[in-house]
Amino acid sequence: MIIQGLVFYLFAALAIAGGVLVISAKNPVHSVLWLIVVFFNAAGLFLLQGAEFLAMVLVVVYVGAVAVLFLFVVMMLDINFVQLRQGFLHYLPSGALVGIVLLVELAVVLVGWAVSGEAPKSLAAPAPELAKMTNTEALGHILYTQYLYLFQASGVVLLIAMIGSILLTLRHRPGTRHQNISRQVDRHPKDTLEIRKVPSGGGI
Amino acid sequence: MFAIGLTHYLVVAAALFTLGVLGIFLNRKNVIVILMSIELMLLAVNLNLVAFSTHLHDLAGQVFSMFILTVAAAEAAIGLAIVVVFFRNRGTIAVEDISQMKG
Repeated sequence: MIIQGLVFYLFAALAIAGGVLVISAKNPVHSVLWLIVVFFNAAGLFLLQGAEFLAMVLVVVYVGAVAVLFLFVVMMLDINFVQLRQGFLHYLPSGALVGIVLLVELAVVLVGWAVSGEAPKSLAAPAPELAKMTNTEALGHILYTQYLYLFQASGVVLLIAMIGSILLTLRHRPGTRHQNISRQVDRHPKDTLEIRKVPSGGGI
Repeated sequence: MFAIGLTHYLVVAAALFTLGVLGIFLNRKNVIVILMSIELMLLAVNLNLVAFSTHLHDLAGQVFSMFILTVAAAEAAIGLAIVVVFFRNRGTIAVEDISQMKG
């Protein structure tokens, strides 16, 4: 119990510290790296709660794909980050005010809140006993039956996102030399290749 | 203190969400950091969903959290693609300069 508590505090503290550094780091590259730290610690928190599959998905999808995408874009664009950072202190008072108000609201909600006694009666997908089925297996069971259409719809969302981002960033630059596959395939050896008999010592 | 309950996770999620909102306000010029702040907020939401899912023994929360992950990944991809196209056209990504769509 104590170990679980300590591990929770470790992950929670690191996640929040990482979050602070994400929004306050001077260099956006550092921001992305701190974002990766936050994702890893959030995955640890997921693990502590028994959501192993989501923890692994978080590491694979977020750290492996989204954070790397952010890194690529930050490093590819030649941006003057110092200029973009101007006004950080200017926005600090209003931003801090909004943050504090939001935090107080969330705290008020957290204090005056309890699970309804009716809640256990209206579960959408009761989790099976851990001894019978692992988290991943149970998720698979309901994802491919109860939530099949939503699952397919999320696939469509990803497909549209993929097509959209390719369409947005693809450009045809004039003046560059491209491979012309039909011309390549059309070539015959007899058009381009000539075999000559060279007499020794004679040359062509 | 060492008995970790639902409230502990909700507090962490609330703190992360607030940090995300604060990040949007502080980095109002840098659209990439704003996108990262949005990712932080979505992560906090996921943390909430998983915490409730564990507490109520209901897997629907985790399924929903997966859908949020999907949408967040799609949003990051599209957002960064738009940033790249905008940078190609204007040579900057400062948020104030993004006013071409105003009438």
